[in-house]
Amino acid sequence: MQSIPIPEAPVKFRWGLWLSLTVIFCLGILLYLNKELTPFLVKYPKDWIIPLRFWISDLMQWLIKDFDLGLFTFKELTRSIAWVLEWPLSIANSFLATGFTFSTEPGAPIILPPAPWIAIVSIVGLLAFQLSGIRLTLLVTGCFFYLVIFGQWQSAMVTLSSIIIAVPLGVGIGFALGITAYRHPLLERMLSPVLDLMQTVPVFAYLVPVLFLFGFGPVAAMIATMIYATPPMVRVTILSLRQIPEELIEYGDMAGCSRRQLLRKIQVPVARNSLMVGINQVIMLSLNMVIIASMIGAGGLGFDVLSSLRRLAIGDGLEAGLAITLLAIALDRLGQAYNSRSTKSARADNSEFLTGPRFGALIILILIVSWLAAHFFPALAIFPESLQVTTSHFWDAAVKWININFFDQLEAVKTFVLIHIMIPVKRFLLNTPWSVVVALIALVSFRLGGFRLAALTTVLSLFIAVTGLWTKAMITVYLCGVSVLFAACIGIPAGILAASHSKLNRVTQALIDTLQTLPSFVYLIPVVMLFRVGDFAAMLAVIAYSLAPAIRYTILGIEQVPTHLIEAARAIGCTRTQIRWRIELPIALPQIMLGINQTIMMALSMLVITALVGTRDLGQEVYIALTKADTGRGIIAGIGVACIAIVADRLINRWAQRKRMEFGLQS
Amino acid sequence: MSKVKPALQLRNIWKIFGDDASHLLEKTSRSPSLTELNDAGLIPAVRDVTLDIFNGEIFVIMGLSGSGKSTLVRCMSRLIEPTAGEIMFAGQNLLSASEDELIQIRRHKMGMVFQHFALLPHMSVLGNVAFPLEIQGIDKKTREQRAREMISLVGLSGREDYYPRELSGGQQQRVGIARSLAVEPDIWFLDEPFSALDPLIRREMQDEFLKLQDILKKTIVFITHDFDEAIRLADRIAIMKDGAVIQIGTPEDLIINPATEYVAEFTRDVSRAKVFSARMVMRPLASNEKDTLRELQRHDAKVQEFADQAVHSDDPIGVIDDTGSVIGVIDRQSVLNVLVGREPAGSY
Repeated sequence: MQSIPIPEAPVKFRWGLWLSLTVIFCLGILLYLNKELTPFLVKYPKDWIIPLRFWISDLMQWLIKDFDLGLFTFKELTRSIAWVLEWPLSIANSFLATGFTFSTEPGAPIILPPAPWIAIVSIVGLLAFQLSGIRLTLLVTGCFFYLVIFGQWQSAMVTLSSIIIAVPLGVGIGFALGITAYRHPLLERMLSPVLDLMQTVPVFAYLVPVLFLFGFGPVAAMIATMIYATPPMVRVTILSLRQIPEELIEYGDMAGCSRRQLLRKIQVPVARNSLMVGINQVIMLSLNMVIIASMIGAGGLGFDVLSSLRRLAIGDGLEAGLAITLLAIALDRLGQAYNSRSTKSARADNSEFLTGPRFGALIILILIVSWLAAHFFPALAIFPESLQVTTSHFWDAAVKWININFFDQLEAVKTFVLIHIMIPVKRFLLNTPWSVVVALIALVSFRLGGFRLAALTTVLSLFIAVTGLWTKAMITVYLCGVSVLFAACIGIPAGILAASHSKLNRVTQALIDTLQTLPSFVYLIPVVMLFRVGDFAAMLAVIAYSLAPAIRYTILGIEQVPTHLIEAARAIGCTRTQIRWRIELPIALPQIMLGINQTIMMALSMLVITALVGTRDLGQEVYIALTKADTGRGIIAGIGVACIAIVADRLINRWAQRKRMEFGLQS
Repeated sequence: MSKVKPALQLRNIWKIFGDDASHLLEKTSRSPSLTELNDAGLIPAVRDVTLDIFNGEIFVIMGLSGSGKSTLVRCMSRLIEPTAGEIMFAGQNLLSASEDELIQIRRHKMGMVFQHFALLPHMSVLGNVAFPLEIQGIDKKTREQRAREMISLVGLSGREDYYPRELSGGQQQRVGIARSLAVEPDIWFLDEPFSALDPLIRREMQDEFLKLQDILKKTIVFITHDFDEAIRLADRIAIMKDGAVIQIGTPEDLIINPATEYVAEFTRDVSRAKVFSARMVMRPLASNEKDTLRELQRHDAKVQEFADQAVHSDDPIGVIDDTGSVIGVIDRQSVLNVLVGREPAGSY
């Protein structure tokens, strides 16, 4: 028998890689040991810092004070924008929360009281019934009843009025921008990096310039909310228009559609479902932001949480936080119901028990009746305080009890993690010379994505050094890194487990759906309750907030492993464990890494919020800037966070892409 | 079929994808070679196509995927803008028509059927068929009445209120056909209309398509990658390869005189009996035969239709032209030649 000669595989030793790694490593140790020799390579010298933040502050000052657009000044422009937006907001606010008055003076006589709670609850319930059925009605009215009974109504209506104005505006602007970008690829190319930046800059950073330009108050908060919630709508619009089958557009052209007809009669209706997803996202992001924007005067539930956090009044904070959560869940489910209804066959729509105009008439009827009824029974308008329930004392007591009885245990956990994990990591990162970190990032980028990627990541990391934020950025990296590590250690095994048990999978999905509807503020409450302020509390909040994508993507990755591969493995005689470790995990790995990427993004955005519980990273920098209205400082620190996010995102994405291409899962 | 007046004339149509394509065309005086195009990093989809499509004929453009046939048919309606050339339609050069003129031409004079049906998912069958009329601003009553006529023409009466996703593939394409005919177009483009259907349904649709054409007598440009389909439906076929048309002719022409080995490759396995007509296989009438002819066939009858008859009869069969006069005879041998795949010895 003749054997076929097998060509010997050349042993590839990556000389370049190992050589440069060794050089960087030795350089690092050398620099560390001889700090005096080249101190500028170890710690970025103060004299080299470019005073970018002052330039930006000056620019903003100049914009506000001196910039003249010819017919009017810049200040007049921002004022008039605020004035235009104030109208709808104050109408909504009057309707839902404060009632209509003759003047804006406090204490002015009320002409028409706000819509009674009984009216709003019935209308929302009716809407839920119209959209889906009795189950949704029960859920949504239940959520709203909580607001009534627990005395959260007034604040919740203030929040809701911001939402109902900010969402349509955000959707409208995002949609218009999306369509324009879809039609003009040049605009899209210009818009794309801006959107990238807008989605990675932490939320607090939005507040600083908005505060500066539009002042403190509900309108400024709403503007910040809109700016924050619009980018995903732009993205979704572009994406869903582009997903329309080419043939349908061609057909529209062949039928002789004008551009308007093509848009109104073909593109928008065909893309409707995915556009609805965008709208839902805008609602959720607006809710998240309107809470955070309480820092610049949004009021409402966000303000309640914020003030109770500041007072460390855990019970109050918990109730307000739950109110936010329930409001978010109610709005989210209503949005989803509307979305799924639109996908059903229109012939089955006879099941709808009311048509549009009749529904409107019924709503007006409910309002009039309840206004009249409330006139005679004030309890229907404002839920009597004597009937309100509060559990805050219970929570306060419970926290106290836990802290008294379990203080040692909690403290022990905290101290252990701090001493053995967090502080060593922090020290290591802070002591590593900045030049070595930049060189490492450059090397990794070059290996993964060539010169262009390396140039991008180097510039971004140099930006952090040059603006004098290196130390704070390293603290951000450390907090983020440790949190993500923990999140991965919990999320990936949880995902693997869930992927192999369909029942568990359903429960997990429902759980992470709920986790993701929670506004980020809410996560702070329980950790502060148990661990007070500091890095450890911050880390726990970040882990809880960023856990969801790690689980979701792991499940997704394992589910996406081609069935024929599993079958082939079975046919060869692999055991379940072998299939898991040899087939499923390696193939799901790129997907899992994308989940980790998402986790990093969420962790970074949460980290900024944890500045409220006393971290000393870039988030704190933004937070300080916010309290001092220091625009330059806030923007630069915000961009600093965005830089970290973009570097991490590009590196992980490129790696995952390469892996997927190797597996032939992506071309 | 009158072959007098072309309905659509293409002159030296080029479509080259890539930057600066027209520049290269000018530089090479409109005849760049494939290597020149490749070197410039350009992708030629349609190369120098010149052809006439006559009133009332079914003109099939056949080519494998990537041959440029879909791009070519899209150039004909300017869905894709040709890089160079001239398209004469309805008395004007389509390529110099303004945006508004083009919209009017497409609204009233062109109809198109797509491979994947391109039905609007949010509209009922009735809404889809009435859509082109709605675009023109025709009132609801008129357009729905017209749409109902079209729906019954394609045999879908009773399904007016269904939605596309509730129909089978064949039914969906019937809607596509009804829709494209609703405006009574002068020229009808069909881009691989049956390619996405199951073989059995495809055959049924082809038969109905031919029946429909018997009634409507449209000028048709039909794109396919299936040579059998082309043979079955075409009055004339254009074969495309690498963006260029390499042969245009009737199905019989292609089989008897394939221009290249590539064409011959397609025609090799085609059943001759289905393609050849009596005129093609007949021999001249001998002077003493005229009175012995007991059976007659029309000149355009396919061999398949009278093969049994000819093989079982000792006497030759007469071939008559449209006026009824005998122009030739067919005997057993000439039919057998066709059946066993020899090239016809008869006059051509």
